[in-house]
Amino acid sequence: MGLKIIVLAKQVPDTRNVGKDAMKADGTVNRAALPAIFNPEDLNALEQALRIKQRVKGSTVTLLTMGPGRASEVIREGLFRGADDGYLLTDRAFAGADTLATSYAISLAIKKLGKCDLILAGRQAIDGDTAQVGPQVAEKLGMPQITYAEEIVEVNSKKIVVKRRLERGVETVEGPLPCVVTVNSSAPVCRPRNARLLMKFKHAKTVTERQEANEDYLEMYHDRPYLNIQEITVNDIDADREQLGLAGSPTKVKKIQNIVFQAKDSKVLDATDEDIEGLMKELIANHTIG
Amino acid sequence: MNNVFVYLEIEDGVVADVSLELLTKGRSLANQLSRKLEAVAIGHKLNGIEKHVFPYGVDVLHIADHPHLSPFTTLTHSKVLIELFKQEKPEIALMGATSIGRDLGPRVSSALHSGLTADCTALEIGPHEDKKAKKVYESLLYQIRPAFGGNIVATIINPECRPQMATVREGVMKSEIVAADYKGEVKQYDAAKWLTPEDLAVKIIERHMEKSKVNIKNSSIVVAGGYGVGSKANFDLLFELASVLGAEVGASRAAVDSGFCDKNRQIGQTGVTVRPKLYIACGISGQIQHVAGMEESAMVISINSDKDAPINKIADYAIVGNMEDVVPKMIKAYKANTK
Repeated sequence: MGLKIIVLAKQVPDTRNVGKDAMKADGTVNRAALPAIFNPEDLNALEQALRIKQRVKGSTVTLLTMGPGRASEVIREGLFRGADDGYLLTDRAFAGADTLATSYAISLAIKKLGKCDLILAGRQAIDGDTAQVGPQVAEKLGMPQITYAEEIVEVNSKKIVVKRRLERGVETVEGPLPCVVTVNSSAPVCRPRNARLLMKFKHAKTVTERQEANEDYLEMYHDRPYLNIQEITVNDIDADREQLGLAGSPTKVKKIQNIVFQAKDSKVLDATDEDIEGLMKELIANHTIG
Repeated sequence: MNNVFVYLEIEDGVVADVSLELLTKGRSLANQLSRKLEAVAIGHKLNGIEKHVFPYGVDVLHIADHPHLSPFTTLTHSKVLIELFKQEKPEIALMGATSIGRDLGPRVSSALHSGLTADCTALEIGPHEDKKAKKVYESLLYQIRPAFGGNIVATIINPECRPQMATVREGVMKSEIVAADYKGEVKQYDAAKWLTPEDLAVKIIERHMEKSKVNIKNSSIVVAGGYGVGSKANFDLLFELASVLGAEVGASRAAVDSGFCDKNRQIGQTGVTVRPKLYIACGISGQIQHVAGMEESAMVISINSDKDAPINKIADYAIVGNMEDVVPKMIKAYKANTK
């Protein structure tokens, strides 16, 4: 019997490649200047899901992402690599959510998607590096969590065996299904897009995207239902609105400071032999080295 | 009630450095709030653990000692912590931003519906005014951390929910003994009354823990490389300089992500924090997450081809040049002037 797998993915600003135009004149972050990407460790998680799909016949891989409309890009990217379908959890009511309010909304969306056997997610997202949403979703669903997965050693409809990469070692654990597994960057990288799937899914869109594009291909979306990326809004989930979004977040941002280094009285040296020899002599003389 | 709690990470009966560091931080926060410092030891064969912990100024030590509680598993430790916190209602709860703390913290915070801030680089007590709700809070925990790729530093607060939870990486805080004979109280718990069969559902089949071989944290000289080093081969130059100087090699996250250097050498917010007497930064631009892990170095030498690199602002000496050229010159000059 196949496994129903949900992969949690997040669209994130690529904070690893922050260019000079990333900061506005007033010193705030210019999010528009940062390219939006599929969170790297979520891709590691997707790869694990796709491997299970190959291993356990009849398994399906569903992507779930929460974000603004443009986050549907993450779903398409997943479809191009072998996911079966995807859902975009999107609503203004979710805006400004901290990790707890995010986990609450995601856990309700998962419940709405029906019974699932395994939830995979990246260990953490590069925009916040908190690693909190995976474990919090697990807690909200009452499922066990297995974090820092490097390899899924074995999986069947009842149990999963996972090799975990810890700071100071490795650990292999066995747990029951359903459960939440978060995947480390040390796990295998995700396979590239598949050309055939790229052709198949390149027109996959949410209803909102189709409306915005004002496209008149109704028939195409009718004939090929797999091109419809489903949106889930606050009305589709059974939520206590007080636990959603900014208002439902226990943590608040009190202050944001932009980084300005206090300049020290630094001595600038050229890379000449004399300058470097002089510096080394000075360091030896004052016992910093030697 | 409403005291400051620290979760103790324990391996083979030894309390982790990060937990001792948090006890010292917790002690100072408790003093500012006029509250007690309480610690939680969850594990097995914890006899005598109080002797290691009380000198850090712990007023109450909660001990849950049971064979099921060692080694650490998420569900058992979170169950004990959740039940204990429901009973004790901590004002603040701190844990290490380690494999354990970052696994346990979010689960506990979700169950208690409390706010958690990961990887804080500073913790302070301060007031807050919510103008919209017309509420004034006298002493909240300011949880300070770099965010958004290190372009900003955010101060996070939890005005309403308790405990105010935060994780902190090893080496960010300093541990300090308050008094060798500091007197605290021990409270023992029978964890069996809290644990259900479901809590034991995840079993450890195999476990290999290594003692950390790399010891950058305690090295008095650190030679660190960043993305600008350019390759793994160039990192060998840094290892050569380090071996000549008796130093350890460190790396920025960009260098680790690029595969130039092992993750266990990463310095910064998501790596280790170092306070050497000399820090040589090669090809490191100086993003705040990296600087957070080395800014207390007594002396900083930067080697960077960009004279405007942010790191140069905190450097005592900024050598403008290519590391491939500069590092061999340093080795040569050092050898020529010592013997």
